[in-house]
Amino acid sequence: MSRAPSLPSHFSTVEQRSVANHLGLWTFLATEILFFGGLFVCYTVYRIAYPAAFVAGSHHLNFWIGTINTGVLLTSSLFMALADRAVKRDRRTALRWCLLATWLLGAVFLGLKFYEYGEKYHEHLIPGPNFQLNGPWKPQIELFIFLYFTMTGLHAVHMIGGLTALAWLLWQNHRGRLSPEHPAPVEMVGLYWHFVDCVWVFLYPLLYLIIR
Amino acid sequence: MNAETKLSTLIAVYLALIILLVLTALATALPPGPWSTPLALLIAVAKMAIIFAYFMRLRWEGGLVRLFASAGFFWLAIAGVLTLADYLTRHEL
Repeated sequence: MSRAPSLPSHFSTVEQRSVANHLGLWTFLATEILFFGGLFVCYTVYRIAYPAAFVAGSHHLNFWIGTINTGVLLTSSLFMALADRAVKRDRRTALRWCLLATWLLGAVFLGLKFYEYGEKYHEHLIPGPNFQLNGPWKPQIELFIFLYFTMTGLHAVHMIGGLTALAWLLWQNHRGRLSPEHPAPVEMVGLYWHFVDCVWVFLYPLLYLIIR
Repeated sequence: MNAETKLSTLIAVYLALIILLVLTALATALPPGPWSTPLALLIAVAKMAIIFAYFMRLRWEGGLVRLFASAGFFWLAIAGVLTLADYLTRHEL
């Protein structure tokens, strides 16, 4: 059991502080599961009620952008995991490049997402008074697209939060504040980033892949 | 607990995730059936399990952290089961 000089007095060991950090962030993630969970339950209820409309609605989404974006996010998670490894090995340059790669991939994801939102705007598929669609199930398809915007929108807000946290980490690294003795900021942002990735892992099949 | 993850492990985990992504995308080319959505969800759960275990390092965490990690899903299951118990037993939805 080690006791670093910088350890606050309410912790006995470095290991104890580490467990407390992880426990705190996982508690936050439990509230995030319920935050997104309400929308997933809502999706389930309406999908059971209007299965055909959800399949028809899914046809209006861009399968390729959804698939590429999933790959982009999974790759960003790899770089985040590499950043966690780099900070624990005290590789500051490697840490900088890994954080930068994670940030850029996150930005690519958001760029493609907003391009997709633009497509929906031009196709008059934004739910509301200007929603235009021919054929059956119009109100139910509008509901599906409303859920699409709400769920991916809440996810995108989380991505923007993650990009902000990553930018802060880059700044902290630049100032030499991250080290094997103090890896917690990278660990915490990493857990959050991977979690937001997991949310997308479920949004992708439920929104994009019910096309046939 | 603070064991370092091997580089080869991280790369293998990443490749597994990409293979699962390709599989789930290819599965949409199969004729649709009642198993389509369960299969897609099964692959999603597998991806999440891999991310939780390796990228989020739950594999190396103690029981307390793992318990906290499962708590959110437990409460979500309550929300899902009770909500569906209502909606699925109505005559008109």
